Amino acid sequence: MAGTITPVTMPKFGLAMTEGKLADWLVSPGDAVTAGQELAEIETTKITNVYESPAAGTLRRQVAPAGETLPVGALLGVLAGSDVSDAEIDAFIEKFQSEFVAGDEDGADEASSEPEMLDVGTRRLRVQDTGARDAGVPLLLIHGFGGDLTNWMLNQGDLSGTTRVITFDLPGHGESTKDVGDGTPAMLAAVARDLLDALGIDRAHIGGHSMGGAVALELARLAPERVASLSLIAPAGLGKTINQEFIDGFITADRRKTLEPVLQLLVHDKGLVSRQMVEGIIRFKRLDGAVAGLTTLAKASFENGQQKENLRPLLEAYKGPVQVLWGAEDEILPVSGSEGLPSEVPVSIFPGTGHMPQLEKAAEINAKLKDFAAKS
Amino acid sequence: MSKKSFRQAINEALRQEMRRDPRVILMGEDVAGGQGGSADNPDAWGGVLGVTKGLYTEFGAERVFDTPISEASYIGAAAGAAATGLRPVAELMFVDFIGSCLDQVMNQAAKFRYMFGGKARTPLVIRAMYGAGFSAAAQHSQALYPLFTHIPGLKVVIPSSPYEAKGLLIEAIRDDDPVIFLENKVMYDDEEDVPDDSYTIPFGEANLTREGDDVTIVAFGRMVNFANQAADRLEKEGITCTVIDPRTTSPLDTGTILDCVAETGRLVIVDESSPRCNMATDVAALVAEEAFDALKAPIRRVTPPHTPVPFASVLENLYMPDPARIEAAVKSVMGYKAKQEA
Amino acid sequence: MQIPREVLLRSYRAMRTIRDFEERLHVEFATGEIPGFVHLYCGEEASGVGVCSHLKDTDTIASTHRGHGHCIAKGVGVDGMMAEIYGRSTGVCRGKGGSMHIADLSLGMLGANGIVGGGPPLICGAALSHKVLKDGGVAVAFYGDGASNEGTTLESLNLASVWNLPAVFVVEDNGYGEATASSYACAGTQKDRAAGFGIPYFECDGTDFFAVHETAGEAIAHARAGKGPAMVHVHLSRWYGHFEGDAMTYRANGEVAKERAEQDCLKKFREKVTEISLLDSASLDEIDASVRDEIEQAVIKAKAAPLPEPEALMQDVYVSY
Repeated sequence: MAGTITPVTMPKFGLAMTEGKLADWLVSPGDAVTAGQELAEIETTKITNVYESPAAGTLRRQVAPAGETLPVGALLGVLAGSDVSDAEIDAFIEKFQSEFVAGDEDGADEASSEPEMLDVGTRRLRVQDTGARDAGVPLLLIHGFGGDLTNWMLNQGDLSGTTRVITFDLPGHGESTKDVGDGTPAMLAAVARDLLDALGIDRAHIGGHSMGGAVALELARLAPERVASLSLIAPAGLGKTINQEFIDGFITADRRKTLEPVLQLLVHDKGLVSRQMVEGIIRFKRLDGAVAGLTTLAKASFENGQQKENLRPLLEAYKGPVQVLWGAEDEILPVSGSEGLPSEVPVSIFPGTGHMPQLEKAAEINAKLKDFAAKS
Repeated sequence: MSKKSFRQAINEALRQEMRRDPRVILMGEDVAGGQGGSADNPDAWGGVLGVTKGLYTEFGAERVFDTPISEASYIGAAAGAAATGLRPVAELMFVDFIGSCLDQVMNQAAKFRYMFGGKARTPLVIRAMYGAGFSAAAQHSQALYPLFTHIPGLKVVIPSSPYEAKGLLIEAIRDDDPVIFLENKVMYDDEEDVPDDSYTIPFGEANLTREGDDVTIVAFGRMVNFANQAADRLEKEGITCTVIDPRTTSPLDTGTILDCVAETGRLVIVDESSPRCNMATDVAALVAEEAFDALKAPIRRVTPPHTPVPFASVLENLYMPDPARIEAAVKSVMGYKAKQEA
Repeated sequence: MQIPREVLLRSYRAMRTIRDFEERLHVEFATGEIPGFVHLYCGEEASGVGVCSHLKDTDTIASTHRGHGHCIAKGVGVDGMMAEIYGRSTGVCRGKGGSMHIADLSLGMLGANGIVGGGPPLICGAALSHKVLKDGGVAVAFYGDGASNEGTTLESLNLASVWNLPAVFVVEDNGYGEATASSYACAGTQKDRAAGFGIPYFECDGTDFFAVHETAGEAIAHARAGKGPAMVHVHLSRWYGHFEGDAMTYRANGEVAKERAEQDCLKKFREKVTEISLLDSASLDEIDASVRDEIEQAVIKAKAAPLPEPEALMQDVYVSY
């Protein structure tokens, strides 16, 4: 009988998440929902995100009220068909609650959930290395301008279930060294290669977002033998223009009020930009050398709303598999950058999505990354 | 990034700035501690509560100066050194000792720039401990930041956590004006994640530790933590608060305070200093004058009574604002609306 | 005694400038055109000039409420000073300091000071800067017999000695702290006070430039050599009241007139240098005339100078806001 009852529980967004706040229910008790329909808004210290329904059915019960903060795995509500009686649902809830232990979710915890500082050449990088060591070719994810490894918080945990996943803060970002050299994607690609060396990885699938996409392309030129495949998410270097307002605003904004609207350009659903996300970026920007590093990086790649380098020749020259993933509503690098690519390059466009599909359409991006790696 | 105590965060800020800039020097009573003692251990104390421990060992007698117990001379010397090319960080130990050297701060350091027609720079930081809670009684427990805030020419910083302390102290040391940096002595063992690298937090920019719809709470220093605790409890009852940590009382981020009051319409101010002419009265006056139309209820101040800080714990506990009193104040301003509607 | 001719000429000029500056202020203040308080240094010129004749722009001094003489001796220009005293925007402090706060840090003049005993702690700090920055400089605190009783001064003597600072404490003992005689207000002696802190003590007749020059020279050399602080006790007399308008009813009739007649440092200087042919009268006369003109011009310029603009009220409270 319980087979037709599906618990809706506090999801785990990102490796570090231990609890979340049920910001709001998006469906009411009695509403019929489809699998994948947005059920609730969940706030964590890093991000506000929607929780998509794990199954089809009727939302029979809202166990937790909006506004409540609960541990990961805690029961939020109950989905079931109309054939299930209220008594059965009550019994299910009672049993769930009596057995639930916070912090006991999914015993299969990832190898390392804390990022570590690693000396790579002359630089010190913050690196998060998760997932099984013996699960084939690892995946290296490279974030974009102004980002850091937490840009992959909704991807790394999920992908680590099947493969080794490495994320890191590029020089000038997060907690890594603020020395960005000449700030070009080519220079950053050399750092990425050195990181693979330091980790003893011969070959990796490379995922690159935005400026990190340009870095991935440069890495494919610099060391094609190290690159098993390229997944380019809203990459720089394929189109002509860039939203200079974002770049300049990101560099100059030094308070929450001025930075928040800039960060909202990154996503289609503006509500995704949480206070904590803004605060995290402000904290990063306060570090000595951070703004100088960002300025150098921006100057190396972008000028007056134009991208300085056309990297399409690198994509065409690379012999391995390439896929391109883009949000249809990208306000930073327009989706038109995905047009006119070689026919063998699969292009996925996500409707209703801005410049951060890995956050906004995490499940779909994760599926694309997994499938592509499996096929390559 | 690693967990650091308030004490470690301050020590690290001093260390990193002393490494970065040879003009940064430390002075104060026992900032090294043990100079000339029979144990031959000149880094014995590192300040009376160990905040500057290890800095003498790293930077030596040319950068870290133990002083005689003689506040007027060394606080004045810090002002004079600041005006002539050094960037001194002077530790006054307990802020209550300002009585012995106020002239050097109030009439000298604070005034140089203005009275010399903009031709002086006095990059001076005076660090001092403040606050009740240790049964240190009337002469070692005061929260005298309103006294300094009152004096034009000084900047006044009250960090509310280890992260805030490190960034604000580095900012203070790099600032070209005299800065009073007040550390709540009860907080030295508080811990949180603090970046290992240097960073700065600008002055005059309030931090919102949370945002809510119902009441704005402005709190200073340790009171920010109390306000957050109160807001946590209130949220469970459906009352959401915005908590403002102004970080600096001079300059004061009046814009953020007014904006938040405009959003919530209710204001509670939590100030550990004596209630007359303190920050609570200052913020209340600001809001009464500039945001009168936004107010849905009278402004409430949560402060100690107008008494010296008592010694016995039972009295000191009565004296201090605490989360329960903040909670009650918030509920009372919420209740005011209900009364009007009724 | 071998003082270069150029130093003698410069020193005479400085003393004459101070005298004329102060005498002129005495007259101008009485007209009511000068706001605030003015404390005149007349009669004490040889002290400030004798001490400062050993100092460079990179050395530091701190002065007192009676600071015009120290400013001029340290090289602050009379045009800027006069304009400041008149509260003009062309003043050395842009009209925001006035007589008691004239300062020029670029010349090592850390300010006159409205607080009695305000200077000695500051000078400990300036001396610390010289020591830490290893620039070879010394720092000199001028203070009066009144300030010699301030705790700040006594603490500073201790601190300077403990830290072995290149600091010189110059006690300008004019016999009165405001209206009260030093013979009443100062217990013990300055000499014993110095000894109490292990500080070498020097004293001299403050109306004799040559005595001050020689004595201060020794003290400053001691400090500059890294041997620690020194005290110079300068005996002199104040010709005008504590402030302008003080009728000096606490001083016996004829006391000041006698000082003026017998202990005028300018007269004594002229007599000495001409007697032993170090300088001739004509060069001194030339200086007198030139200074007279300079002061006249300074007053004319100050009176014609613009007042501060209203926006100056809010400026320069901080370096950064």
